Amino acid sequence: MATEDVKATGWADQDHVPEIKSELLELNMGPQHPATHGVLRLLLETDGEIVYKVTPVMGYLHRCAEKIAEGVNYKQWVVYTDRFDYLAPMCCNHAYVTALEKLMGQEVPERGEHLRVVAAELSRIASHLVSLATFGLDMGAFTPLLYMFREREEILNLLERIAGGRMLYNYMVPGGVRYDVPDDKWIKDVLSFVDMMETKKVPEYNTLLSYNKIFIERTANVCVISPEDAFTFGCTGPVLRGSGVSFDCRRDDPYGAYPKFDFEIPVGQGQMGAVGDCWDRYFVRMLEIEQSCRLIRQALETLPDGPYQAIELKKPVKAPMGAVYSRTESAKGELGHYLIGDGGQTAFRNKVRSPSFCNLQVVTKVGVGQMVSDLVALVGSLDIVLGEIDR
Amino acid sequence: MSYKESTTPPEGYDVGRENMLDFKIDKQFEMLEQSDSKNFILTTVDEVFNWAKLSSIWPVTFGLACCAIEMIAAGATRYDIDRFGAGAFRPTPRQADLMIVSGTVTGKMARRLKLIYDQMPEPKWVMAMGSCAIGGGPYFKYGYHVVKGVDFIVPVDVYVPGCPPRPEVLLEGLMRLQDKIRGRKGKLITPKWVLDYAQKIPYRK
Repeated sequence: MATEDVKATGWADQDHVPEIKSELLELNMGPQHPATHGVLRLLLETDGEIVYKVTPVMGYLHRCAEKIAEGVNYKQWVVYTDRFDYLAPMCCNHAYVTALEKLMGQEVPERGEHLRVVAAELSRIASHLVSLATFGLDMGAFTPLLYMFREREEILNLLERIAGGRMLYNYMVPGGVRYDVPDDKWIKDVLSFVDMMETKKVPEYNTLLSYNKIFIERTANVCVISPEDAFTFGCTGPVLRGSGVSFDCRRDDPYGAYPKFDFEIPVGQGQMGAVGDCWDRYFVRMLEIEQSCRLIRQALETLPDGPYQAIELKKPVKAPMGAVYSRTESAKGELGHYLIGDGGQTAFRNKVRSPSFCNLQVVTKVGVGQMVSDLVALVGSLDIVLGEIDR
Repeated sequence: MSYKESTTPPEGYDVGRENMLDFKIDKQFEMLEQSDSKNFILTTVDEVFNWAKLSSIWPVTFGLACCAIEMIAAGATRYDIDRFGAGAFRPTPRQADLMIVSGTVTGKMARRLKLIYDQMPEPKWVMAMGSCAIGGGPYFKYGYHVVKGVDFIVPVDVYVPGCPPRPEVLLEGLMRLQDKIRGRKGKLITPKWVLDYAQKIPYRK
């Protein structure tokens, strides 16, 4: 048989199989998909199970918040910051009022700052609980969701007692907080909750999920983000810290009452695999819950007496002409506001730098070459919130 | 070609048996028409079907925004939505009966929402959860990209107000939907102990 005939039939000689030209399959993941945490759409180009290209398509939840900032006055816009990161609304409130007070040159009473720290950290714990629970859900573990939502309901109860709302609070106002502590029992309840969280619940989660063999097999050494990649794409928060970089706005660019308190910045150690894999990003959040508990205890034990508002609630707020950039550490990362005032009661422009938006972009680099099921692990470990990405 | 279109019955088909069945059914209808209770059979079957439908409403997993978190909370530990038979969230619309539009519907999402609604099999119901889905909510005035109410796109059965609604309110909306399926008019009766308790809550400034 001639050589050309062998090539034509193909099967005769396995070493000389002619190259099969195949097209990549375009696959839409989302916008209605249970594992994309909202209405994110990932446009994949796959060859079998291997992903060759990832393109995140956004804008399905664009709610015009930055344009609304030019229409409503400064105090009214606090309502819209709640709806950015609806898992940790207090952190978003904190970011905006910090920027506004920087523009106004407004001082905040000590008691107000302490209450802000308590509320923001409680909110951060609630956000991390949802993040860990949904990450477990993506990996096929349904039971931790039930346990973590149980504690989240406790936090929502505590925040409802101080702020009046169950999920979205509108609690922080320029110059302080809206309500004082309702009674002394609230402080006791928060402290007992924090104790319970540290001593009982976090070890329980570790037993349930963190050190579970199946979970480790599924997440360790998967989708490793190197520190260089994390810097290039502007990742912040637990995604950056999971890659082993110790950076936290609460310590490195302090604001509010944070410089007074003593806390650590947990970073990814690579306990189960390489530094920066999905398990590290997951476990950094677990460690941050403990640090938030420490912060809450310190802030409540040194809660000073005195006023909690600097400006009367019903008074409209005016800010001078000028521009400021202020950044805070939200539950997802660095949340920045570039606020331009024109001297009136309404902002001229407010540009928001949202952490989830920058964290998401890393999938275009790290997601390439992974299996489709590992891409789900990557998106779950980034902990994105679409309300913040699209605004 | 089906049997009715062909002129001759297929082999082995018992013609006499079919005539017998027809006779029996005709006889039954005659008897029914003579009796006092007309359409007795049909209404009863409907009620049984409705009871079955309202006891296992499967929602589609369709979280849009903030309200989706409350929807998950309603399905999680404290407010167990499984008690009402609506806890089986289906990822595909083809297995679902109910679409809970939980959150803001934007212009870009509207087409997809209609697509998902069209993919659901009949009978299907829609619940507009939260003020954004009802009428734009806080994004009504300046929200250039927000659809001012999901009922511009799909027909809505139950409106659940709130921003976001508490899980209790979602459960209440589910019970009103069950009333609707049952064919009864829903009634909102506040128990007396709730009214008494509400008066005792001190009003905050």
